[in-house]
Amino acid sequence: MIEDTLAEEMVETARPDTVKLSRRTFVQLLGSGLLITVTEGVSLGQGRRGGGGGRSIPVAARIHINKDGTISVMTGKVEEGQGPRAQLSQAAAEELRVHVDLIRLIMSDTGLVPDDGITAGSRTTPSTVPAVRQGAATARELLTDLAARQWKVDPGTLIVREGSIRNEATGKTITYADLANSANVDDAFKQSVSSDIALTPVDEWKTMGTSVARPNSRDVVTGSHKYPSDIVRPNMLYGKILRPPSYGAKLESIDLSKAKAVKGVVVVRDDQFVGCAAPSSLAANRALEAIAKTASWKTVSQVSSRQVHSHLKKNARRGGRPGSRGSVKKGFADASKVLNETYEVAYVQHTPMEPRAAIAEWEDGKLTVWTGVDGPQRVQGDLARTFQVPSERVRVIVPDMGGGFGGKHTGEAAEEAARLAKAFGRPVAVHWTRAEEFTWAYARPAAVIECKGGLDDKGSLIAWDFTSINPGGSAIDTPYRIANTAILSASSDSPLRQGSYRCLGATANNFARESFMDELAAAAGADPLAFRLAHLDNPRIRAVLEAAAKHFDWPRRRRQATADVGIGLACGTEKNSVVAACAQVRIDRRRGRIKVEHVCEAFECGPIQNPANLLSQVQGCITMGLGPALREQLQFEDGKILNASFAGYLVPRFKDVPKLDIQLMNKTDTPSAGAGETPIIAIAPAVANAVFAATGIRVRSMPMEDALRKQL
Amino acid sequence: MDATITLIVNGQKRTVVTDPERPLLDVLREDLDVMGPKYGCGEGLCGACTVLMDGKRTLSCITPLGDADKKKITTIEGLADGDRLHPVQQAFLDEGAIQCGYCTPGMILSAVALLKENPRPTDEQITEWMNGNICRCNGYAKILNAVRRAASQIKEVTRS
Repeated sequence: MIEDTLAEEMVETARPDTVKLSRRTFVQLLGSGLLITVTEGVSLGQGRRGGGGGRSIPVAARIHINKDGTISVMTGKVEEGQGPRAQLSQAAAEELRVHVDLIRLIMSDTGLVPDDGITAGSRTTPSTVPAVRQGAATARELLTDLAARQWKVDPGTLIVREGSIRNEATGKTITYADLANSANVDDAFKQSVSSDIALTPVDEWKTMGTSVARPNSRDVVTGSHKYPSDIVRPNMLYGKILRPPSYGAKLESIDLSKAKAVKGVVVVRDDQFVGCAAPSSLAANRALEAIAKTASWKTVSQVSSRQVHSHLKKNARRGGRPGSRGSVKKGFADASKVLNETYEVAYVQHTPMEPRAAIAEWEDGKLTVWTGVDGPQRVQGDLARTFQVPSERVRVIVPDMGGGFGGKHTGEAAEEAARLAKAFGRPVAVHWTRAEEFTWAYARPAAVIECKGGLDDKGSLIAWDFTSINPGGSAIDTPYRIANTAILSASSDSPLRQGSYRCLGATANNFARESFMDELAAAAGADPLAFRLAHLDNPRIRAVLEAAAKHFDWPRRRRQATADVGIGLACGTEKNSVVAACAQVRIDRRRGRIKVEHVCEAFECGPIQNPANLLSQVQGCITMGLGPALREQLQFEDGKILNASFAGYLVPRFKDVPKLDIQLMNKTDTPSAGAGETPIIAIAPAVANAVFAATGIRVRSMPMEDALRKQL
Repeated sequence: MDATITLIVNGQKRTVVTDPERPLLDVLREDLDVMGPKYGCGEGLCGACTVLMDGKRTLSCITPLGDADKKKITTIEGLADGDRLHPVQQAFLDEGAIQCGYCTPGMILSAVALLKENPRPTDEQITEWMNGNICRCNGYAKILNAVRRAASQIKEVTRS
C-alpha cells in the first residue's frame, strides 16, 4: 500500500470522479447548526485520487444555499494546516459573488462531500480550487436563471453582486437565500457542474488573491476546535495495540488471561493482531504492558541505519530506460573535466504534532470513524474491504487535523480502532503515542544518488548522468541546458516502511543536483550563480534565482570572506512552481554545529491566491527543510528505531529559525500551482553549498551536521 | 490505589476519584472533557500539553495528577474573558500564527506564562523561553511575531 502511495504521488495525473446520487435524500444536522439536504448513503465519488474531479458531479453535491443566507460548500479535501479551508472558501465566494464569511465549508466527511481525491501532491490549488469554482459558478448561473424565470426576463440582463441578483432595468433584487426559499433550487442543482463555465479572471478577483484567515482560527486559539484525537463518543474506551519488538517479528505465543482478569479491561487477539481497551489510557497502557510481558516473538534480521545506503545501492533495480537526451557516452568522451560523486539522504519521519488517532463506532452494521488522514474516501474503501461491508456503510470523518506533511495517507489507526470497536461492541479510540508514530508510521525514503558531470574546456556542462536510488522521481530531471543526459530513478529494497513526505523525492534529488552543480561550478572556476544562469533557459527559474540573489545581495556577500561563515544558493522546480534560496551559515567547529543565520528565498507559483497563507507555507517549508538537512535522521538497528523520541530525533525549534527574507512573486499569466511543498526543496542544497563556502568541506550526506563532524 | 483529587480548572472546582499517578493531561482530557491541552510526546519535550498550574508553565503530560491536588489549572479554554480574547490569543489571530493549530494552545499558554514573568522580553528571551514548544508546521516566524505583538499590547495596557 505504501509503494502504491509513493507511485501515486509520483504520477500526478488527475482522474475525473464519477458520482452516483440516490433519489432519496435526508436532512442532516451539521456541526454549523444548519440544516441541509444531502444525499444519503451513497458514495459521492468513485475516484480514489486525482484531486480535481467534480466534472460530472451535480451542483447539489458541491453547493447548498442555506435558508439563513449562508452557503454550504462541500469538498473532500482535508485541512491539516496548509490552508485549503480558507482557500476553497475563497474560491467558492469568488464565483458565487458573496462575502467569504457567508461560506460554510464542509470538508472531508464521506457521508456529506464529493471525492476530491487525497489531499496530497499540491493538488488542491490546481485541481480542487477550479472544481469548486466551477461548482460555484454553475450554481450562480442556475440561480440567475431561476430569478430570470421568476421575473420573465433574459438572464443576461441580470447582475449578481454580494449574493443578490439584480435587475438593472426594474431595480428589483433578490438574494440567493430568498430565491432558495421561493424557487425550486434543489431541482435546479441536480444539474451537473459545468466544466467549461467561464471563471473570474485573475485581474477581477475580489476574494481570491487576498489574505483570508483560516475560517475556524478563532476556535483554534480558544481551544474549542476538536481535532481527531479530541473526539469522544458515549461509552467510549481507550484502545492500545500490541506492537512487535522489532520490524518483521512474528508473534508466537501470548497469554491474555491476566489482562482479561483486570476489571474494565477487554482484550482481543486475531492471529498477529492483539489489542486491548480500558476506560482510561493509563489502564489500557498497563494492560498492554502486562500482555506484552507474556508475548514471545520470532525476530528476523534487519538492515541497520549504518548499512542502509550500501543496502539500497546493492539492491537498486536499475532496469528501465533512463530519461535521456543526446549521448552521455559521447558527452563524457568530449569532456575535458569529469566529476563523479555520490550523495546520501537518511530516512526521516514527518512527526506531525498530532500523532495518528481514530475513534470508531459500529451501529447496526454501519461503521463511523473519526480520524486524521489525508484521504477519507481512500480510507473508507480500505475499511470497507477490511471489514467486508459495502463502502456506503462506512463513513469516514476527518476533523481539521494536527499536521500531516504527506505522512497521513494511510488509515492504520482507523482500522485498529474499528477492529477493537467491533470486537468489544463499544466505541474505541486509538491514539498513537509519539514512539509509535516514530516507529510504525511510514518514513520519508532514504536515498543514494550517483552523479556524474562533464565540463568542456570552456567550463560548459555537456554531459550529465544522474541515478537516484530509492527516493522517487520527483524533480529528478535537470532544468539546466545540457546536451547529453541520462537520468534514472531506481527503486530498491527499503528496510523501513516508506511513503510520501512534503515534496517527496524532490528534496533528495534537488539536494544532490544542486550540490553537484556547485561542485561543477567550482571545477569550472565559476561563480555558482553565474554558472547556473549560464545553463538555465527556464524563465521562471531564472526569475526566482535572480530575485533571491538580488535581495540577498549575492555578489557583494560572495566577495566578503569571513572565517567559518559562508553563503550558498540553490534553485529548482517541481509541481509547476519554482523556487530559489540563498543561505548564510556559520560553522561552530568546536561543537560541529551548522548555524543557518539567514535565508532569502524567492518562490513563484502563478497567481497568488492567499498571500498570508502562502507566506506561512514558504516559511514553514524552509524551517521544516532545515531539520532533515541538518539533524533529523531515523537511527535503527535490529529492526528497532533507536531514537523514537524528540529527545534523540531533533526537529527544528525556535532557536533554529534563521532570519527569513521571503520574496513571493505573483505571476498572473499562468495557472496557480500548489505551494505547500516545493518551497522545501532548495534549502538543503543552499545550506550544503554555504557550508562548502565556509569550510571548503563538501558535505554530501543529509543530515549534514553528522557528516560535517566526521570531516572537520 | 485511587485518591480523591480536587483541581480548580479554569476557575471551576473539579473533583475526581482516580489513580493519582495518571498524568494530569489524561485526567483533564479523559475525565474532565478539557481538550485544549494536547498530547504531543508524553515526555515533556514538545510543549503541546502546556497548562498553567498556579500561574506557572507546566507540562501536564509529565505531571502526575497527585501533584496538582488543590492547584489552579488554567488551560486554553480558560484564557478568554467571555468573548474577549486574551491579548496573546488575539495576537495569534492578528498575526495569522496558526497552521494546523495543534501546538497553538501550548504555544499560547507558554507565551502567557512568559509575559507574566517578563512583560518586556527581548527576541532572544522569547526564543529561549519558547524553545520547549515544537511546531511541526514550522510556523515559528509568525508565532514569534505574535508573542512580540502580545508583549507590546500588554505593555500598552499596563501604561494606560
